[in-house]
Amino acid sequence: MPRLTAENVARCEALMARYPQPRSALIPMLHVLQEQDGHLSNDGMRHLAELLDVTPAEVLGTASFYEMFKRDETGRYLIGVCAGISCMILGAHQLIEHAEETLGIRAGATTADGMFTLERMECLAACGGAPCFQANYRYFENVTHEDFDRTIADLRAGVLDDIVPPHGTLSRVVLPKAQTDPQRVTPEEVRQTS
Amino acid sequence: MTFPASVPSIVHNRIRRFDDSHTIERYVAEGGYEALRKALTSMTPEQVHEEVKTSNLTGRGGAGFPAGNKWGLLPPDVFPRYVVVNGDESEPGTFKDRELMERDPHQLVEGALICAYAVRATRVFLYVRGEMALAQERVGQALVDAYARNFVGNDIMGTGWSMDVVLHWGAGAYIVGEETALIESLEGKRAFPRIKPPFFPAAKGLYYKPTIVNNVETLSNLPWIVTNGGAAFAAMGGGRSTGTRIESLSGHVKRPGNYEIEQHNTTFRDLIFDPALGAGMRSDVPLKMFIPGGASAPWLFPEHLDTKIDGDEAAKLGTMLGSGAVVVMDESTCSVRAAWNIVHFFAHESCGQCTPCREGTTWLERILWRIETGSGREEDLDLLLDVSDNISVGLGWPPKQTTICPLGPSAASPILSSVPHFRDEYLVHVKEGGCPHGR
Ligand SMILES: Cc1cc2nc3c(=O)[nH]c(=O)nc-3n(C[C@H](O)[C@H](O)[C@H](O)COP(=O)(O)O)c2cc1C
Ligand code: SF4
Ligand code: FES
Repeated sequence: MPRLTAENVARCEALMARYPQPRSALIPMLHVLQEQDGHLSNDGMRHLAELLDVTPAEVLGTASFYEMFKRDETGRYLIGVCAGISCMILGAHQLIEHAEETLGIRAGATTADGMFTLERMECLAACGGAPCFQANYRYFENVTHEDFDRTIADLRAGVLDDIVPPHGTLSRVVLPKAQTDPQRVTPEEVRQTS
Repeated sequence: MTFPASVPSIVHNRIRRFDDSHTIERYVAEGGYEALRKALTSMTPEQVHEEVKTSNLTGRGGAGFPAGNKWGLLPPDVFPRYVVVNGDESEPGTFKDRELMERDPHQLVEGALICAYAVRATRVFLYVRGEMALAQERVGQALVDAYARNFVGNDIMGTGWSMDVVLHWGAGAYIVGEETALIESLEGKRAFPRIKPPFFPAAKGLYYKPTIVNNVETLSNLPWIVTNGGAAFAAMGGGRSTGTRIESLSGHVKRPGNYEIEQHNTTFRDLIFDPALGAGMRSDVPLKMFIPGGASAPWLFPEHLDTKIDGDEAAKLGTMLGSGAVVVMDESTCSVRAAWNIVHFFAHESCGQCTPCREGTTWLERILWRIETGSGREEDLDLLLDVSDNISVGLGWPPKQTTICPLGPSAASPILSSVPHFRDEYLVHVKEGGCPHGR
């Protein structure tokens, strides 16, 4: 399993430089790793631990807490259908059943061709567009069953590539460098004030 | 969408009028960053703070604490100190912060900078929920452009004042929205809420340094307040609910969406039925209940429609305006299933540190599910209330806390709303072996 590429190591170092404590960059760094491989490999997480000078267990401890981080191979497109309250009363459960039928898998599973992973999500903050789903965290709102099928076909055909990059890519914007002194706060100092 | 001119507009001012409200060109053309310039060149930090106190702007993240008072809790002369923007919006029913980040990110950046100036912060961290890819990209691009034009960074606009704004990517966990959990998460850890006291962020926040955590909408109001003065803001609304706020309206209404309304002078009936707002019930099925302030809030019923959208009025009814999310449910909605959905959410999102929350929410969910699916017993109704009482002693609102954070007690809200109010409906589930609404 791969470690981070040199380019991604540089991205991680740029992230670490933005915080008074480098460890604060861990979650963004996990996103970089997930962008590289589509999920989080053990070797990759070990590499992050080395960069941050923490134990691999600490990296895993953080990674495992957050739902967006996937330790298993995940489809090119993660389809997350909202099952929150506003969506539920406007047909979310039926939409999830329909999605299971269209994709031929149960929620939580990945299609055999590795294209789609289906998930049932909590409120996606798009309740005004209920029912809704996301493909790799990009929104599709007010969806009918036909809309869902069309989007899946479009994703498969690659016509939505501009809007929906592969799973793991959260943001395509290169963030600016901080210009002021981060005023490092050492862990020792934190321990003293606690 | 067309909006009547009579409805005031502060944070939605550009979003309403322009499709490109997220760009720096539009923002600057509409007077953007002029409030920051005004603050930096003609006001002291104390004067900015004073205007915010005068405005009586209250937190829009859920707790409704006055922003000016919160800033006043910072210990004097302790540095470094931080501003953390809470963009983790994930309270079910709420979708206003996402729109503000996607459609007017510069307003937020300017607001955060004004806050940083007023409280003499060392750095700003902008924590954006991970599942919001477009918001991540829009806020990220806004920062790129704002740095390029020297609205952020070193020696901002030649004033000698410098400030960095660091965008932070979240990764999916509702509990991150709780401010001390947000801070833990920003330190690269699991989002376990910290116990208060001693960990009030203003005293011991990020890296145990003084920290101000404010919500996206709260901070988005600051450019307007600096430009127009705190008194102009306070002149809108009434009582302790001044200015406007965004209500995220969803569910069985004809026109769901985010609506900026004047607090105190608008009622829930206006919000749900006014043709320029919710425009009434979808399919014209009568209203059964509505959640007035996000999934954590106890529910209200048709007899409460004429209640003002005002924090104190909501408190009188034993509920809250919370995150400003109004979920409207018509007669076709099963109250047991609605309660189950919300309790299921809290059970799923409990961080697991406190036994009443971790165990209690799971029990509540199981009991509700067995009632909904036909294996319930009549005693289950009292059991639900009894378990709830163990998480939220006395079943009042705001709840007495048995836990580190308010998530656990919030899970009792749908139970204390629905079991007494819809007792007959629960009993039908028990007697007829399941949900009479079908699905
Ligand atoms: C379980 C829980 C979840 C919360 N989620 C959010 C959230 O998503 N966004 C938010 O701004 N505040 C949230 N809050 C409230 C924050 O703890 C905090 O009060 C708020 O960010 C302060 O900003 P304000 O004073 O500007 O509202 C949550 C609180 C709790 C207890
Ligand atoms: S109340 Fe629940 S979510 Fe809050 S700290 Fe305790 S276990 Fe975690
Ligand atoms: S309930 Fe589905 S987006 Fe909020």
